[in-house]
Amino acid sequence: MSRKQKRNVFRIAFVAVLFVVVWALPTDGVVRLLTFLVPYAIVGYDVVFEALRNIAHGQVFDENFLMSVATIGAFFVADYPEAVAVMLFYQVGELFQSIAIGKSRKSIAALMDIRPDYANVLRDGDVKTVSPEEVEIGEIIEIKPGEKIPLDAVVTKGETTVNTAALTGESVPVTCRVGDAVISGSVNQNGLIEARVTSVFGESTVSKILDLVENATSKKAKSENFITRFAKYYTPCVVFAALALALIPPLLFKQPFSVWVTRALTFLVVSCPCALVVSVPLTFFCGIGGASRQGVLIKGANYLETLSKAETVVFDKTGTLTNGTFTVVAIHPQQISERELLDLTATAESVSSHPIATSILKAYGEPIDKTRIGNIEELSGRGIHAVIDGKSVYVGNGVLMQSVGVDFHECKTVGTTVHIAVDGLYAGHIVIADTVKPDAKSAVEQLKASGIRKTVMLTGDSETVGQSVAKELGMDEAYTQLMPDDKVEKTEKLLAEKNTKSTLAFVGDGINDAPVLARADVGIAMGALGSDAAIEAADVVLMDDKPAKLVTALKISRKTMRILRQNIVFALSVKAVVLLLSAFGLASMWVAVFADVGVMILAVCNAVRAMRWKK
Amino acid sequence: MTKVYKLEELDCANCAAKMEDAINKMPEVKHATVNFMTQKLTLETEHEITVDLLKKIEKTCRKVERDCRLIY
Repeated sequence: MSRKQKRNVFRIAFVAVLFVVVWALPTDGVVRLLTFLVPYAIVGYDVVFEALRNIAHGQVFDENFLMSVATIGAFFVADYPEAVAVMLFYQVGELFQSIAIGKSRKSIAALMDIRPDYANVLRDGDVKTVSPEEVEIGEIIEIKPGEKIPLDAVVTKGETTVNTAALTGESVPVTCRVGDAVISGSVNQNGLIEARVTSVFGESTVSKILDLVENATSKKAKSENFITRFAKYYTPCVVFAALALALIPPLLFKQPFSVWVTRALTFLVVSCPCALVVSVPLTFFCGIGGASRQGVLIKGANYLETLSKAETVVFDKTGTLTNGTFTVVAIHPQQISERELLDLTATAESVSSHPIATSILKAYGEPIDKTRIGNIEELSGRGIHAVIDGKSVYVGNGVLMQSVGVDFHECKTVGTTVHIAVDGLYAGHIVIADTVKPDAKSAVEQLKASGIRKTVMLTGDSETVGQSVAKELGMDEAYTQLMPDDKVEKTEKLLAEKNTKSTLAFVGDGINDAPVLARADVGIAMGALGSDAAIEAADVVLMDDKPAKLVTALKISRKTMRILRQNIVFALSVKAVVLLLSAFGLASMWVAVFADVGVMILAVCNAVRAMRWKK
Repeated sequence: MTKVYKLEELDCANCAAKMEDAINKMPEVKHATVNFMTQKLTLETEHEITVDLLKKIEKTCRKVERDCRLIY
């Protein structure tokens, strides 16, 4: 509790005791009024003062004004205990609210506690501890085990494992060796490393993320703007309604003034729109903060709202649903063993730098004994001819096989086929393809289960490859052989087809699909850790490259919007009911204060739930 | 230039919105945002931010919320 809060606790306790004493005293008339004014003054002087001050500044309708009018009015109708009690109750409510907001601010601060406080920089042969802002590009920093990595850097000495959980929500540590990049905001776990700084602090990943999350709420969502507009018209309306309530029945129908003034005052207290004004931005903030903890950066409250309404999800294929790198998916030897075939192919390909060669060498996984190779030549566009262990080996495509007169056959497995012929005889083939990410299929299934109507895949890849991936993943539609501007065109067509109330999300790796990311209702980039382009182009950024994170993002956005709706409906309906009751004289001032402050506290507590997320 | 300042004892969301409006109306200020949750004021101006301007801003904030303090 802050000092101000502690002071208020004492004040409230003191006035509560005094109130009971004053109530018990056998006084009446003016004496009773004066004795009740003492606790009232102590507990409510600041509220009345604030109200007067605001009127002087020309800002009339705020909660101080409402409370002052309500309680002073209670004095006029000679209901002294109620005047004091209501003010007391209001202060208790304010205190709780202040504590609740303080708590949520603290948990948000803890959530964003990824900012590094210092950097150990090597200068003139010494290790100096300085603020990360003071370190320049190219300087060497030392990072001890357990320390936060202060700036984006490349390891120059040592080896360690790094925990990126605070950035990606992924708790599996990453091994970093010399030459690997380490990202600011992640935590060095067990080894002492030295690293060369690659960006200044203001440009580093951690400051970009913090900046993004902190400022995300400044992009207002539709429902937020609605509340602001609502509050602007609502308060004056309510005040005039209260005025009418106080004046019309007594003047026109000769009802007693005191009854209707009391009702009007109760009506005023209930009407305060604070619960909405506070809880709506707070809910968004908590939702965005909680998502960032899971490695999902949402750039604005508006995008969170849009994402929650998504019914169509469009995926880019390469790098999003698939790994974007070639892997050996099938080895089909003839006459010789699988290992022999791979051995011969890898040895022949060892001179090539083609991506296909790289993937075959990776699958082989052992160093190549180059002394076995006699003569070797690359046959551009067709393959390689090499003499290995004295045998003549041809490795390449169908065209090559035909040109050397070898009888070969195509493979049923989708992908790029590499044929091998040894001493003029067909020895088999190896198929290379881009592989689907392990969690892509379950992510698509979960999206469907959570109410996504249509999943679409767009790719520049060939018809056979594209369709086979789409079929494997269970996509509803797939469009292949698209150029970048075809992707925009297809997205526009899909935007026109979908239900107007729902939205379309596009998921890409952010590298070459910036136009589509911008065109979609909400553009999502994945695998963004360390890639500035992706962070800039997209509305929602998934820090790692797992499609499953998309499901998390969607669910968090929906949960946040659900909490928001709960709060709006709850606050408005409680108020509507109590307003009606008070107009007919059925609600006491106590109920009224609950409808104001109590509802707000409940709404704030509910809002904070948006921050918590269980996997 | 753009700078970020901390606002202490900023306790009501409505007040934060009012402060933001008032600061944005000042001729020296190009753009200002008051973030209630992080209690931060982001101030963008054409020229150097002077102590006088900051004092003026603090006064404006105090008009809205009496206890509020601008840390600079």
